[in-house]
Amino acid sequence: MKLSRRQFIQLISAASAAGLFPEFAQAAAVTLPRLYDAPMQGNVRLLHFTDAHGQIEPVYFREPNVNLGVGDAFGRAPHLVGESFLKEMGFKEGSVEAYAYTYLDFDNLAKKYGPTGGFAHMKTLLDALITQAGGRDKALILDGGDSWQGSGTSLWTRGADMVEISNILGVDVMVGHWEFTYSQQQLLTNIALFKGDFVGQNVRVKESSLFGGEYLDMVEKFDGLGLYNEDSGHAFMPYTMKTVNGQRIAVIGQAFPRMANANPQEFFPDLSFGLREDDLKTLVAKIWEEEKPAAVVLLSHNGMDVDIKMANRIPGLNAIFGGHTHDGVPKPVVVKNEGRECWVTNAGSSAKFVGILDMNIENNELKGMHYSQKPVISSMIPADKKTEAYIRHMRSKIYDKEIVESRVPALFANKQRMGKSFDEILTEKLAIADRTLYRRGNFMGTWDQVLCNALKDHYKADVALSAGVRWGVTTPKGEWITMDQVMSQCSMTYAETYVSEMTGKQLLDILEGVADNLLDPDPYLQSGGDMVRVGGLDYTILPMKKLGERIQHARLDNGDMIDPDSVYKVAGWAQVNRTPEGPLLWDLTREWILKNRDAKTHVLKLDKVNHPKLVGVNDNPGLAAYAGEIG
Amino acid sequence: MNRRALLKSTLGASVITVAAAAGLLLPGRVLAAYPKEAFSAKDVSSAVSGALGAANPQQSDQIEIKAPDIAENGSVVPVTISTELSNVESISIFAESNGTPLVAVFNLSSADAFVSTRIKMGKTGNVVAVVKSGGKLYSNSKEVKVTIGGCGG
Amino acid sequence: MANSIKLRAKASKGSVTVKALINHPMETGLRKDQKTGKLIPAHHIQEVVAKVGDKTVMEAVWGGAISTNPYLSFMFSGAKGDTLTLSWVDNTGASDSDSVEVS
Repeated sequence: MKLSRRQFIQLISAASAAGLFPEFAQAAAVTLPRLYDAPMQGNVRLLHFTDAHGQIEPVYFREPNVNLGVGDAFGRAPHLVGESFLKEMGFKEGSVEAYAYTYLDFDNLAKKYGPTGGFAHMKTLLDALITQAGGRDKALILDGGDSWQGSGTSLWTRGADMVEISNILGVDVMVGHWEFTYSQQQLLTNIALFKGDFVGQNVRVKESSLFGGEYLDMVEKFDGLGLYNEDSGHAFMPYTMKTVNGQRIAVIGQAFPRMANANPQEFFPDLSFGLREDDLKTLVAKIWEEEKPAAVVLLSHNGMDVDIKMANRIPGLNAIFGGHTHDGVPKPVVVKNEGRECWVTNAGSSAKFVGILDMNIENNELKGMHYSQKPVISSMIPADKKTEAYIRHMRSKIYDKEIVESRVPALFANKQRMGKSFDEILTEKLAIADRTLYRRGNFMGTWDQVLCNALKDHYKADVALSAGVRWGVTTPKGEWITMDQVMSQCSMTYAETYVSEMTGKQLLDILEGVADNLLDPDPYLQSGGDMVRVGGLDYTILPMKKLGERIQHARLDNGDMIDPDSVYKVAGWAQVNRTPEGPLLWDLTREWILKNRDAKTHVLKLDKVNHPKLVGVNDNPGLAAYAGEIG
Repeated sequence: MNRRALLKSTLGASVITVAAAAGLLLPGRVLAAYPKEAFSAKDVSSAVSGALGAANPQQSDQIEIKAPDIAENGSVVPVTISTELSNVESISIFAESNGTPLVAVFNLSSADAFVSTRIKMGKTGNVVAVVKSGGKLYSNSKEVKVTIGGCGG
Repeated sequence: MANSIKLRAKASKGSVTVKALINHPMETGLRKDQKTGKLIPAHHIQEVVAKVGDKTVMEAVWGGAISTNPYLSFMFSGAKGDTLTLSWVDNTGASDSDSVEVS
């Protein structure tokens, strides 16, 4: 897919919107609740958020009750849920932390504490934490990636809405994952607009693309952006040196290593990713020797289990700021390596948490660190007015024919949305949830069931498959499901749906393959998100078994066992290796919700949720209150 | 150097194509017969003996294989092999789980002990490198996982 | 098959790094045409030779498991100004050759 100049101009106009506003008179310093007291514990403060997924406004996000640790990760943070989590972290039931970090009593606590995140609130909090640090020159703001995708507005502005909000926040350094799925050209455009540093030691231009051709022509148009080093093939700076309160801190970037496995390569045909551990090891040693920094940290989109393994294998890292797995982890996992401690942290998702790492540095030597993490409870933090004004302006933009929602030209812009403002489209009320609709969890969520039902009914299919991504907001029981929430479940540049005929064997092979991507005991061999969601089909899974041995007893909703040789109609979306031409998932889902809600009460009822039966994980502290069967 | 200057300096100057002396350099004249049978062999050990005239290479950690833990694309797996072993005559590459494992033999007696290329792998399996050094065979292997497309998080 | 080869050679500290990209389908002979269901005949490079003057610096034999549009990098002891020639011949007898001055 090529982006035209008109799209380029359009996003510039979206991105410059904030600049249209007169400066608001500086309000008197806000006083925040004591929860947000974080007095500086050193002389350098590193602030971190990650995986915001375009959630620019406050949202609900229910944490998982299934987050299994396998291999070395068994029972280790982040693979603790519910009470196991509270016990490990020292939080009380019913507390604001219990609400922020666990699924426990979610329906009631959601009423009590309200939504979380929202960038206007995040801005106020970051400013307060910077003030507590002693000023802007004493703090860095790090974004762990996946910020520029995940909402209707980020899709329609191709990430520009989030680039601008990153600039308003003052993000200093970031890494990428879904940012690459707007196409490599769009990524370069967005990075050109971004005022911070976009880093990634593991993002390389393919050898074959370095011989000349389209990629290098494009790089030239971007004045060299997209090829940092021709000899090594680094597309971006592998690291950046930042001076914070006079101290030199090296921030190394690690993009999502499994980009090319988990997302369509057609969006970044000239780039290659991977862990590139050897190169990272060499780089860390080289930075210590040549830059003589006070500290070296890794801003990572590996996921926490991979980060912990890396901290064990690569000497010389002081801290890892992790993302991708969407785990809010209030206490760092401390890894010792060659006499130095590496503090591995993760800051959740959806702008719900801010991690605060204070470093005490004397004579260019790190003497101590202190970590805390704050949940962003929107009602406790007043919105920053300028940020809020930008958000309102951005959402008042009109959806027009220049918008590109899909890889398929016929689906670029939706006629029914044209002429309406983003806000008008997204605040449409579709139905009232009969139960809390959530996404996150290793196997199945109630929101996933809505998506699967929509796919299955639309195509009159036997089975529906839906990507096991970890993003997507929560709709509390009894609340309206809005178009905003639908978009947050499926906003991506490859959301075309399909139906195809598959043999039972092919279907089972998919389940086995994806299960192995999630459950391989070696985190370096895992790739991507949670288990593929399956609608219309129940199965038993043995997570601790090997590839080819995990899936059993797969049967349709009517009880018929899946026969390897029979042919089934399977509907799905988010195809990585081909481009189907069926309607985009949000349109199909909206239609299904409107059709299936109760005509009078507007309540949407789910008859059944296809939670798979879990076997052999009874004693796993990453499992609690499971709604399906356990064997 | 800024990125633009770096880019210009590295692109323009390096590729100077000199007219090739067509016909004089056909590979067939310098190589022994193409080892067709070794390329048809169904397992690594018969492919090794077919291609290199000896069997049972000795395992050696002095052979470094750079390949991804997980292939980004099974039909294009970058593989780089280098070794500290001395007097290297050749480096051969095998993909153990391919129907016919032999991928290539590089005769490097007049070159450094280093080769980098991209290979096809049908499924998860070991990349095996065999180095002929001082008349003896040494080998090392690295597993590359070939997965189905997953779902991003 | 003219211009099937993109070739670079760069000297550093007495060692020349060669990088080559060859335009070739590299059909294994085991792949089926998705439309007709018939096997696509084998069509792949079998032999590659690199020379400086009369001296062979690298020679290789390849099967169909080298990826489509092969990439090859190797190193040899040489210097700036040397002329490196790389040539290939495939199983159909087709061949090509290109030269580059080491920079």
